Amino acid sequence: MLKTLLALCLSACALSALAAPDPALVRQLADADSSQKVAAIQKLAQTADPATPRILKAMAEDGLYLAGDKVLIMEGDKAFDAASGTPVKAPENAEAVMVNNRIRGELANALAALSLFDADPAVRLAAAQKLQNDASAELAPVLARALSQEKDDKVKALLQLAHAQANLRNPDPAARVAAIKALAGSSSPVIKSALLPLMNKANEADENVRLAAGAAVKEIDARLSRAEMVGQVFSGLSLGSILLLGALGLAITYGVMGVINMAHGELLMVGAYSAYAVQSFFRAHFPGAVDWYLLAAVPVGFFSAALVGVIMERTVIRWLYGRTLETLLATWGLSLVLIQAARVAFGAQNVEVANPSWMSGGIELLPNLILPWNRIIIIAFALFVLALVWVLMNKTRLGMFVRAVTQNRQMASCVGVPTSRIDTLAFALGAGIAGLGGVALSQISNVGPDMGQGYIVDSFMVVVLGGVGQLAGAVWAALGLGVVTKLLEGWAGAVIAKIAVLVFIIIFIQKRPQGLFALKGRFVE
Amino acid sequence: MHTPITLRLLSSLDRKSSITLAFFLLATLVVIPALHIFVPAESSLSVSTYAITLIGKIMCYAIVAVAMDLIWGYGGILSLGHGIFFALGGYAFGMYLMRQIGQDGSYHSNLPDFMVFLDWKQLPWYWSGSDSLVWVAALVILLPAVVAFIFGFFAFRSRIKGVYFSIITQALTYAAMLLFFRNETGFGGNNGFTDFKRIMGYSITSSETRLVLFGLTALMLAATFVFAKWLVGSKYGRVLTAIRDAESRVMFIGYNPLWFKLFIWTVSAVLCGIAGALYVPQVGIINPSEMSVANSIEIAIWVAVGGRGTLIGPIIGAFVVNLAKSWFTVSFPEYWLFFLGLLFIIVTLLLPHGLVGLWKKLMNKQGAA
Amino acid sequence: MTTVASPSVYDGTGGDGFDPMGHVADRETLDLSHKVILYLEDINVSFDGFKALKNLSLAIDAGELRCIIGPNGAGKTTMMDVITGKTRPDSGKAFFGQTIDLTRLSEPEIAHVGIGRKFQKPTIFEHHTAFENLELAMKTDKRVWRSLFAHLRDEDHDRIAATLSQIGLGDQADRQAGLLSHGQKQWLEIGMLLMQEPRLLLLDEPVAGMTDDETMKTAELFLSLAGKHSLVVVEHDMAFIEKLGGKVTVLHEGSVLTEGSLATVQNDQRVIEVYLGR
Repeated sequence: MLKTLLALCLSACALSALAAPDPALVRQLADADSSQKVAAIQKLAQTADPATPRILKAMAEDGLYLAGDKVLIMEGDKAFDAASGTPVKAPENAEAVMVNNRIRGELANALAALSLFDADPAVRLAAAQKLQNDASAELAPVLARALSQEKDDKVKALLQLAHAQANLRNPDPAARVAAIKALAGSSSPVIKSALLPLMNKANEADENVRLAAGAAVKEIDARLSRAEMVGQVFSGLSLGSILLLGALGLAITYGVMGVINMAHGELLMVGAYSAYAVQSFFRAHFPGAVDWYLLAAVPVGFFSAALVGVIMERTVIRWLYGRTLETLLATWGLSLVLIQAARVAFGAQNVEVANPSWMSGGIELLPNLILPWNRIIIIAFALFVLALVWVLMNKTRLGMFVRAVTQNRQMASCVGVPTSRIDTLAFALGAGIAGLGGVALSQISNVGPDMGQGYIVDSFMVVVLGGVGQLAGAVWAALGLGVVTKLLEGWAGAVIAKIAVLVFIIIFIQKRPQGLFALKGRFVE
Repeated sequence: MHTPITLRLLSSLDRKSSITLAFFLLATLVVIPALHIFVPAESSLSVSTYAITLIGKIMCYAIVAVAMDLIWGYGGILSLGHGIFFALGGYAFGMYLMRQIGQDGSYHSNLPDFMVFLDWKQLPWYWSGSDSLVWVAALVILLPAVVAFIFGFFAFRSRIKGVYFSIITQALTYAAMLLFFRNETGFGGNNGFTDFKRIMGYSITSSETRLVLFGLTALMLAATFVFAKWLVGSKYGRVLTAIRDAESRVMFIGYNPLWFKLFIWTVSAVLCGIAGALYVPQVGIINPSEMSVANSIEIAIWVAVGGRGTLIGPIIGAFVVNLAKSWFTVSFPEYWLFFLGLLFIIVTLLLPHGLVGLWKKLMNKQGAA
Repeated sequence: MTTVASPSVYDGTGGDGFDPMGHVADRETLDLSHKVILYLEDINVSFDGFKALKNLSLAIDAGELRCIIGPNGAGKTTMMDVITGKTRPDSGKAFFGQTIDLTRLSEPEIAHVGIGRKFQKPTIFEHHTAFENLELAMKTDKRVWRSLFAHLRDEDHDRIAATLSQIGLGDQADRQAGLLSHGQKQWLEIGMLLMQEPRLLLLDEPVAGMTDDETMKTAELFLSLAGKHSLVVVEHDMAFIEKLGGKVTVLHEGSVLTEGSLATVQNDQRVIEVYLGR
């Protein structure tokens, strides 16, 4: 934006010598009546005189003064005659031209319209974008002119939309219909609201125009709701990928050891705090590379959570083997200890973990549908972790052992699988994956001591829904729960959505107590 | 068969339990109230209002602990959602207490303050009758019973057990908490119910009211204990522990575990509801955090600390853990969670039968030596 | 809580007559008019594509003592699961007497109509005494409300004591069942079955882990039960089967391979192949 203004200013200065806008119009800018001022601004914008931007810009910045009958531009302590552009002596009795909000809006539009003729396509694009949402009828001729000169396709497409908008109040009904038809291809809620009044008899006398507006609104609505749907599915997938990262680890530990790890959410927290610690370390030691701290945080998060997991397994969980309900309580105790440890180490308040600059922003698919980069990257990351786990479980010796223990611990032990070591490794793996989930989570939500508690119920629901120890089940359950939750949220609000999902799971379990992907047969109790 | 029910209940007590019970009732109904009323505050024997409230509160917890023990210690079913029943009883009675405020709230309206704040013009339908103590007392029992019955029916019918059941109950209480957090639900949202003024027209803060509530809680705890003792001593109790130990065998000798589990589950929920109703006027507040997952799991640790599968254990556990909690939160607030967390770990690892088990072991050793 | 009542339970009138209660009585009256107490026809069960039972058909006469043998995975346990309601067959009929459709009853209901089952692994209530184990199994009203107020009459005490001595545990009445020896546990479980007064007993490897002496005693016990009760015994112990002396059914890969006396079966070429492998 700054660049645009600078360019505007420069071009205005360079051309000032040749400039000769109508002095009467310039005088009208300083009229006491706002409507007169607006009319003058619009007329000046339409003439597209090269000197005009300088005047309007000065006006927008409260740099336009009236001294007697002369309109002056004040730049610092220098004064110029607005109409001719020539320097003059700053008079004593100059009065600032009052600019209210309505006029500011007009000025901004007029300036944008004028920069449609800038030599730099980027400036023109910015100007065209700016005019997308509020092209007034008076700008139609300027837009038409700009359209006829425009070579750049992207700018041209935007100009056509803006022109059509400006033409909505064209006195000629045929032109209005044409404009409406041109706008029907849009998917902006603003354009829809611009079209809505035209459906009403009170505002629009012509029947054809009303019909065309009705059709166009319908078309835009369809596109909008599709965009909204896509948006909800996307945020559902993004929530699902977080759930997946939480549930993958649980699925492994529960599958292998039949252990419900209530401290799993706190392993997420360990991962998130690792991201915070790595970020602080980078800020202190490699301020230049701080954007890349996240890459270092991924392994750090994995290994710190895995380490905590190993300690948990060795000190507590392995001594409770086969006593699942007790394990549940003991791991809950572990989670309390971890929460309090985080409070002592990092404070009770949430800590700030920043998105690297390459993760900010997003892909704008439609005016009301932006897919943020951080969420896209998290979905990709979850898929990456999933692939990693799949390879680990299906293509490595460790995975083979883990699967063997999951299926039949005694038999695995008999054929020489070191079950107790596998327990530890599997637990470390599950914990490490939770740590990865925590690193991902640090990018989209608050990092604080209690953060794990919020995810534990959801993660369990995924495991319950997906079936025990089933990767495929966890994947489908996580993504399904995420998408369904988000769709319901759009429809009924977050709390009701959450309750509805929980109720759904409870009912679902009636039908399939073993989850989506259950083991069947005589070995199942 | 025709002996009065109270006699039959009492006859299920052995000598040791009877003596303990007599001492307990003497202490709570005579000694503590007397010390509170007659002994001046500066005396070391004096019992402060704070102490009365604290012990009253813990006795409510003890009822919950016994209820939890019935379902977990004897039935083998670990509920992580008992907070919901406690809170339902509390909210039901809280409605009555809110109505008793009358027009003395900040807005001097007939409606509870939070409804005025939400710009509601009249009480929602489910508040009707909440000014009647009888109706509310019925609600205190019915609400947890109905919720427990419906949930339990579906859960037990589809044979959800073990950790699965625990997780589902956890989800249940979590969902309920979210529901009660909403202002539109009509139970005061985040803040819940508080600022009570009266109960049956008597000031809720007066010493007499407090002592009456305290005494009622003590009686309820004693009644819960006797009832539970009778229950676990009956054939029903033996079937229940049989289900815990070998459910399929129970089915194949012709008992339907569904109804046996559902009965104890509902009874347990009702006991929790009554405890919640006694808790609210003494503590003066009820809000959705009572339904938090953490609270419900804490109930399990009271039982585990005291010793599950015994009836005195959970009561001891509720007292030990909660006295420790009030001591810690005053003296070392930052260490409370460490303590509680370690308690969970140590009890499950080293004291599977809790303090009662430890005591028995020590006595046995002494006896042997 | 008065709603707590299972759909099919005795009304407590007990006795020798078969008298299940109220609204489902017709469905549950054991009709032995054709001398057949258990009738399986074309039963199919599969787990994830694995066919555990394939068109299994079997008929047991009232009062018969039938032995079932077969290699591991032949479907013996699955067959018992089907009869006792633990597993629902994909297709096929399972009738108890002429009228009772077992595929439509739950486990406790099947226990009530008169089928008792002993598991392969002795399953008793380890935290209860031997006496209590039998008390719980005793044929009586097994609804929640009844068990709350149940108390043992003198004749109940006598029956339990008699059964305890019948299974050789007369002096172990107050011992915790978990502390009994393996063989004693097996007997306790058989004792529990007897207390149920079932018409049909399904016994899955009843003498596994017993000494020879105990095995022979068990065989005598079973022989004394036959006639009044019907017994289906799954066993691997050929000496035990020989002692029982009844008809033998050989299961293989989920269906009946052959039936006949032990001697006939043992000389059947197919049976030898199945056991020795091809």
